[in-house]
Parts: sequence; structure tokens; C-alpha cells
Amino acid sequence: MKPEESATTGADLLVKALIDEDVEVVFGYPGGAVLPIYDSLFKQNRLRHILVRHEQAAVHAAEGYARSTGKVGVVLVTSGPGATNAVTGLTDALMDSIPIVCLTGQVPTHLIGNDAFQEADTTGITRPCTKHNYLVKSVEALARTVHEAFYVARSGRPGPVVIDLPKDVLMNKHDYTAPPKNPVEHKSYRPQTKPDPKKIEQAIEMIAKAKRPVFYAGGGVINSGPKASKLLAQFVHMTGYPITNTLMGLGSFPASDKQFLGMLGMHGTYEANLAMHGCDVMINIGARFDDRITGNLTMFSPGSKKIHVDIDPSSINKNVRVDLPIVGDATLVLEEMIKLWKAKQPKVDQKALKAWWAEIETWRARNCLAYKVDKQTIKPQFALERLYHHIKNKDHYITTEVGQHQMWAAQFLKFEQPNRWMTSGGLGTMGYGFPAAVGVQIAHPDALVIDVAGEASILMNIQELSTVAQYRLPVKIFILNNQYMGMVRQWQELLHGSRYSESYMESLPDFVKLAEAFGARGLRCHEPDKLDDTIKEMIALPHPVIVDVLVDQKENCFPMIPSGAAHNEMLLGPDDKAGKLSDEGMALV
Amino acid sequence: MSTDKSIVAHTISVLVANEPGILARVVGLFSGRGYNIESLTVAETNAKENQSRITIVTKGTPMIIEQIKAQLDRLVPVYRVRDLTVEGPHIERELALVKVRSTGEKRVEALRLADVFRAKVIDAKADSFVFEVTGNSDKVQTFVGLMETLGLVDVGRTGIVAMSRGGEPL
Repeated sequence: MKPEESATTGADLLVKALIDEDVEVVFGYPGGAVLPIYDSLFKQNRLRHILVRHEQAAVHAAEGYARSTGKVGVVLVTSGPGATNAVTGLTDALMDSIPIVCLTGQVPTHLIGNDAFQEADTTGITRPCTKHNYLVKSVEALARTVHEAFYVARSGRPGPVVIDLPKDVLMNKHDYTAPPKNPVEHKSYRPQTKPDPKKIEQAIEMIAKAKRPVFYAGGGVINSGPKASKLLAQFVHMTGYPITNTLMGLGSFPASDKQFLGMLGMHGTYEANLAMHGCDVMINIGARFDDRITGNLTMFSPGSKKIHVDIDPSSINKNVRVDLPIVGDATLVLEEMIKLWKAKQPKVDQKALKAWWAEIETWRARNCLAYKVDKQTIKPQFALERLYHHIKNKDHYITTEVGQHQMWAAQFLKFEQPNRWMTSGGLGTMGYGFPAAVGVQIAHPDALVIDVAGEASILMNIQELSTVAQYRLPVKIFILNNQYMGMVRQWQELLHGSRYSESYMESLPDFVKLAEAFGARGLRCHEPDKLDDTIKEMIALPHPVIVDVLVDQKENCFPMIPSGAAHNEMLLGPDDKAGKLSDEGMALV
Repeated sequence: MSTDKSIVAHTISVLVANEPGILARVVGLFSGRGYNIESLTVAETNAKENQSRITIVTKGTPMIIEQIKAQLDRLVPVYRVRDLTVEGPHIERELALVKVRSTGEKRVEALRLADVFRAKVIDAKADSFVFEVTGNSDKVQTFVGLMETLGLVDVGRTGIVAMSRGGEPL
């Protein structure tokens, strides 16, 4: 036996297993049950630990790290409140399919079930908000469980995995188990990644015959790795067809490309939604027909044949019936599609395609993202346009919080590459963006990392200013401050007779002084003609910066598909009035 | 796929790793996603491979049933999911213990009916019987219904176990 394989404590085994899984960074917060792990971390210098200020932020930071690198994000929290605080982050990662391994401390095995101090039924609580979870009951199983957890987190449809670690297991001694050479030999878990060749053939036939086609690509393309985005662009260019992205899929196809219709869905572009509504063949790659996308299901893209590529069979036929389901990894599916398209050289109906593009161009000409420029007050859309102007030639990453600012960011910032855009899509977690930006900046120390925020969301994880101070992370927080929970206010205006119940943010802090209190820099801007200088100053400062941009308080986010409405019933601006919503529509979120 | 909205009962067999929490995962999936469980049975069936078999009877539209199967199959400790209702002929059995307390003519009638249903007497006292009855759910339900007028005091049912006909394993 080699000396390094001689018996060691569970905590040391854990650290060794993490290193063998190529982990470089752990986001965490110590406590009684995980002290042995922190002791092991102290004695080594391969793993870097980032001390956050709240466990929820640890998970979001790990998500930001994972989404911007494609690696598994790792979290370490203590038992009881440490674990329960992580639950929001785990749910967020589950909804957006982000690979996370979250290590939680647990009371020693003999105390489990005793209502011991800082005990919580962590595997019970996290069962519905993880892809899988483990309670490690003996040190013998520890290293093997860690390797399995990483495999489960990153393979198939990625997701969060919790490993609950009783303190005695961390202190007992055992020999190390190296990662298995072939992790695909899992006894029961075998995700299907290779598509059925017959289905690829059928798909190519359907795609080639289309007269009004549209590609609809989502986060699955990004999760499949950067190669999938390259292949997607290649295939879309080969066909000459239009393409739209979901919120999660932004960056999987270059936003500046002529064939790109912008984002679709509730706040998507007119051209993207009408193309979805009127298409005859829809090619969904790695998107899941989420309710933000489909609007009213009974009126969703009524005349189209639908191809759905997804790595998760349970995503298929869940909301929308499809004509051709293809289970597989987006990279492998696109490779096969491109290969077959090249081999067959199908004759696309160019005349029909030309007519389809002409129709799309008339929709595009509506310029649905247009807004009224104001000389006196900063429009939030204007602020983002100016922001994009100044960052577009720099190596940059964007995170967001949740609300109006998030939708405007999705509309007005353009993403040319995958893994550059981190936003809470499925769960819609306010407080996501800032800690996510911490994780992104840790992974990309020299890049420009900006959290586009609202003044309400940013307060949900504002304590992380202390983290960015400690690690000198030059994260920029770009607050579009309208002194309202903007999206709540917008819905109250449109659906509840402008009764702004509890959506006004009273007693907001002075964000400039708040930044200074944490050793960051604070900037404020309320005049449109000074905005450029403020943004330039923000970028030039080598510190963490909060920019408090005071924007038009009443601006609403358009286009908008009101709840319960169909794609062709969009509101394009404040002058469009929604028809009376059905009771069913009112009950939707 | 049809746009069938009719609600049909399906019997689903699930082969799982016999590990802590597996039943909670399956049950939590049903309650969390709002699916029905009409009947559920579970026990270890292969000690060497550490496998258990869960038999679930659930109701839903064809789209919901398809979704239930996909969701079950996605659980990490699940080996296989089979819908016995769509995969060909299968048999279903249930066992019930039925306690009846009565005397005189009612007691005799209970015993006579038990004989008709091939229920076994597995406990007898001067004023009571415990019957063991097996069969499909209809038969068990009918027997229990008949006992109601004859002094029924307690029923325990196992829920359905099921298996495909023929020589093929799950």
C-alpha cells in the first residue's frame, strides 16, 4: 500500500476525493458539524475555500462558478441551519439544471433522530430539491459516495446533489477509494445520451420539408458544453432557418447573427413569438416548453409539427405534445443531424423559406423593443443599452437578480457566446445575481463581471459585500433603481387596478454609503447624459462597485404576453391594453 | 400520442435499489407532483442484489401516466419501470385479513361465505373469526362488503402485487 493510501480520517478522505474530482474551489461556511472538514482544509493548499456570508449565497456562488466554467460547483455547509439555508440555492440549481455537489454536516450517527443541537433531516428536506442525495453512514462508503455524487451531478441532465456527512463519519478512519475508471457502470442510473439514429433520420426529413421552420434552443445546449453551441450555429447556418433562444439558452447562438430572432416567451420579442406561433416545423433543442415560453398551452403554436431534443425523457410530452421526441445529449444529436444533413444534401423549399423570412422581417420591423427616450430621466432600457455599448468589446460575464431588470437585461444585452449569462430562470430567485457574480469572478479573476440588479433583489443577499471585500473581487453591481419591486408593480398595474400593495421599497439604504461601509466603491447617476461617464468609471475602478442608477419609476417591461394569453396576443407597449383576463389567466403567475 | 383525457388505472412495477429513503423518493414524487396512489406495495425481492420491487396502482390521463413513468425512471436508485397495464396480460393479487365478530346464524353465514370465496380461517374464537382472503381487488372488496352485515370489525389489506404473464422477468 502506498503511504498516501494508508488509513486517514473521513474528513481527509473527503478532501482527497474532491481533489481527485478536479475540484479547485469550495464555497462554504463553517459550523460545529463540519469542523473536521475545515481542519482538513486548513492542512492543505490544493483546494481553495471561499467564505461566504450566508449559505444560500454559497450555493448561488457555486452555481455562478459552474455555469461560467461548465464544471461542478461545490458547496460546504454545516448541519441544521447551514443545510436549511442552502435549500433555496439547491432548488434554484435543480430548476436550472446546474451541476452542484453540496456537502452538509450532520450530527453524529448515534444522535440522528434525537432532535440534537443543529440537527435537521437534511436528506428528507432536500429530497425534492436535489437530483439525488446521500446520507453517508460509515466512513467506508465516504469516498465512493463522493465520486458517485460528482458523476450524478454532472451527467445526464445535470443537477444538485447533497451529501450529508455525520460528524463521526468525518472523524473515523479508513482507506481511500479512488474514482472508478468507468463511472458509467452505475448500477441503476444510466442516462441516455446517444440519440436513436432512426429518429435523427425522421428529424432531418421533417426539417428539410419545412416551409415555415423555427429553431427554439434552450439551456440544454449550454449544459451540453460549448461544442453544442458551435454545432447549433453550424446547423442553423446550414439550413438558413430562423432561431430563437429561451432565457436559459441565451448565448447558445450569437445574438448578432441575422438568423437570430431574439429571446422568446412572456417578455420575448414580437418576431420570435410570432414565428413560434406561425411555424409549421418547430425544432426544440434543449428547452422544456416552460410556461414562460408557451403562454396559453391550448393556443401554443397550433399548426406546427414539433421535434423535441432533450436529455431528460420526463421533459418530453410534459406540457406540450410533440410529434418527434429525441432523447439524447444536444452535442451528440446535433453532430448526427449535421452529418446526415451533409450526406443527404436535402433540397429545402427556398421559395417558401424566402416568404417566411419576409414575413418575419415585417414582424421585426415593428421594432418591439423600442422605448421612448427621455432627456430628464434614465430609462432602464437606455441604461442597459449604454452598459452594453461599453462592455461589448471586453471579456465580460453578466449575472442578474430577478424582476424587470432581469428581463430588460435579457432583451438589451447581447450574448455572442455560451456560459456568459447567469440568471435564475426556473425558480426566479431574487438575491441570485450577486452571489452568482462572486462565483463567476472567482472562476474568472480578470474578467469584467457585472450583476445587473434591482434595488429590491440586491438587498436579499447584500451581506456578500463582505465576501467581495475579503477576496478583493472587483464585482460590479449595476442597480436599476426604480424604488419599486418593479415586476410586482407592473402586474399590479396591469392586473390589480394599480393598487400597489406593498411593492414600494420604503427606507432604501444609501447604496453609495452602503458600498463604502464594506470597502467597495459607490457611484450614483440620475441624469441620462452622465450615464456614460458613470459606466466608464465603474469599469475603470479595480474595486467592487455598486452603481445606483436612478431610473424611471413607472417604466414597464414590454413586449409582454399577459398570463393566460397566446403568443399572438402580445402587448407591445404601454398603449396596448390587455383584454379582460380570464379567471384562469388571473390565477396564473 | 393521443389527446385522450380519459382517466384509466395503471399498474406499474418498479425495480429499485433497496436503500434508505427510496420509498420516500417514490411517494414524495407522487405527492409533490400531484399524482394519485390508489395502492402501493413494497418489499425486498432480491436480497443478493439488494433490490426491492414496488407495485403502484395509479390513475391518470395517458399523458399523466407517461409522465409518472418518466419521472420514476429518472430517480437515481430506480433500475426499471414497467407499465403492466399496457405491456400485455398480467395478473394482480391482493391479500386481506378480515375480522368478523358475530354469533348464531350470522356466524354460520360468515363461515359459509368464506368457504365460497375460498377464504381461510386463520384465527377463531367463540364469537369471532379472522379470515385470510386472496384474489384480485374486486373479489377482496366483494368479500369485505359481504362481511359488513355479518359483524365486520376490522380489515387489513396488502394492496396489489402484480406480474406479467409468461416467462419474462421484469
